[in-house]
Amino acid sequence: MSSKPSTLFDKVWDAHVVRDIQDGPDVFLIDRHFIHEVTSPVAFLGLKNRNVGVMFPERTFATADHNTPTINQHLPVADPLSANQLKALEENTQKHGISHWGLGNPKNGIVHVVGPENGITLPGMTIVCGDSHTSTHGAFGCIAFGIGTSEVEMVLASQCIMQPKPKKMRINVNGEMHKGVTAKDVVLFIISKLTAAGATGYFVEYAGSVFESMSMEGRMTVCNMSIEMGARGGMIAPDETTFNYIKGREKAPTGQAWDDALAYWKTLKTDEGATFDIEYNFDGAEIEPMITYGTNPGMGMGITELIPSAEDIDAGKASFAKSLQYMGFHEKEPMLGKQIDYVFIGSCTNGRIEDFRAFASIVKGRKKAENVTAWVVPGSHVVEAQIREEGIYDILIEAGFELRQPGCSACLAMNDDKIPAGKYAVSTSNRNFEGRQGPGARTLLASPLVAAAAAVTGKVTDPRTLIA
Amino acid sequence: MAYDKFTVLTSSAVPLPIENVDTDQIIPARFLKATTREGFGDNLFRDWRYNGDDSPKADFVLNNPIYSGKILVGGKNFGSGSSREHAAWAIYDYGFRCVVSSFFADIFKNNSMNIGILPVQVSDAFLHKVFSAIEADPNAALEVNLPEQTITILATGESESFDINGYKKHNLVNGFDDIDYLQAMKEEIVAFAQKSRY
Repeated sequence: MSSKPSTLFDKVWDAHVVRDIQDGPDVFLIDRHFIHEVTSPVAFLGLKNRNVGVMFPERTFATADHNTPTINQHLPVADPLSANQLKALEENTQKHGISHWGLGNPKNGIVHVVGPENGITLPGMTIVCGDSHTSTHGAFGCIAFGIGTSEVEMVLASQCIMQPKPKKMRINVNGEMHKGVTAKDVVLFIISKLTAAGATGYFVEYAGSVFESMSMEGRMTVCNMSIEMGARGGMIAPDETTFNYIKGREKAPTGQAWDDALAYWKTLKTDEGATFDIEYNFDGAEIEPMITYGTNPGMGMGITELIPSAEDIDAGKASFAKSLQYMGFHEKEPMLGKQIDYVFIGSCTNGRIEDFRAFASIVKGRKKAENVTAWVVPGSHVVEAQIREEGIYDILIEAGFELRQPGCSACLAMNDDKIPAGKYAVSTSNRNFEGRQGPGARTLLASPLVAAAAAVTGKVTDPRTLIA
Repeated sequence: MAYDKFTVLTSSAVPLPIENVDTDQIIPARFLKATTREGFGDNLFRDWRYNGDDSPKADFVLNNPIYSGKILVGGKNFGSGSSREHAAWAIYDYGFRCVVSSFFADIFKNNSMNIGILPVQVSDAFLHKVFSAIEADPNAALEVNLPEQTITILATGESESFDINGYKKHNLVNGFDDIDYLQAMKEEIVAFAQKSRY
């Protein structure tokens, strides 16, 4: 190997290039492939039409999550179209010998929650899934990104996809973060600075003390939303926090294999002197709890700030006005105090145990506001079990909340968990696009702490005022 | 699945001068429940195109009969958000073969080329000229020439060149897809994969 300083991204990327096509993309080997019921059926249909099999079925893992109901999962799925997709996933995986954690399986849950939870996601891997939030797995030092269905078919057929190598960006956040500021606020802050298209064409490495001191759950939240600024993905160098998280998980290496893996994982960091195409620096102390006011994740602000005016924004004026009109908001008004109707905590962004601990820390000893409908949706059955074991369930019930069953739920509203038209939802998910949470729904993206504060007060509230 | 060959497309265009058109607008999630690729064009831009009672919204461009053609022209950062290829399928199924914008989201761009839609990225200034030309004459024709990598507003003769890598261009011009290529190098991939760490 060359001794030239190289980045974490280069190390992982270069180890996976099967062939470098001149004036074209790289033929790029995929280590782990996740599939779900919505973006895989047409890929399997393509294989059938070509009369091609799955090259390495043991490298693909299936779970059902996007369209699954979050209540009464023991009953047949009522929506015939959803049921049909779930059946197709079951049949396709069975036919090709692919592991499948379907509805009712104790390992079932959101794909980007169950992958890491079971030790499938390991440092230095390349990981893809027909879902843009595959970037989540970058938290482990993986190159992980979302793909389309044609590419799902490619990976099934050949364990490879065609990818031009993206440019490299590093985002450094150092400094002491204030109380009440979470990983979600850090990433919403970054996106608000870079805009929803600011990292398009780049692969991001997150570096600095703020990420080093984050839990794996927090790092997953950050990497998850890389796509919301257009990045191909985002990654964080693995360290002791990573290794401790992985150790002992079902599919993690053991014994000698663990020692060998660990020795390799410790090499997965950006060398001193390695260069990036672009680099940004932010101060962690400048970040406050964040909330979005518009219809893309770049339209975020500190919770105590005022909604900007079109003059302050480096974007199309007409699109900005259209966005505020959809939300029913005006320039220069505060978000604090706005009445809300729904709260959703869950999703691949904030559906892990740490998120429910944060939510419960504010809810404890308080009551859900009368005007709020709350959907509390764990990311997996494992998370659900933890919620019960740790007593979070009792806190939720005491405060007037209900716990639903795992799935993507109101993040994209493919099942029945839809926010009604015109209603405001404070949501811990990842997208506030028009209609994302149901036709006409108005989404305010925020952290689990901000969601909890809204749930108990019925309005947009600074969680720091409720933290002892 | 091989697709139609793309060489030179001359057509009028449909203007959508909105920035950050995300794939949830192109095809909302509730319409992703099919297990085949047919019929997505009916729900293209569903919630911008129809009211809650399924009646058409008169002010949306797809409901305005003066605009038609095989080219869709969108504002900056077209196709952001979800990786759903259904967005590209919906655009294709509706009848578009080319999308013009000053900036595309990565995954949408890949998905489009994988099914035979050509994404043409132009400068902000040229995009503005295209919108102006369509505003002046809804039938204004654009010529998209893939072999030459140029886009021309025929009425004014204004033209700009666009980038595309040689491999993808070759595929689109000939109607080949990536799986054809990958199948042809199967042994090389298997050998590489078997000695890889994971």
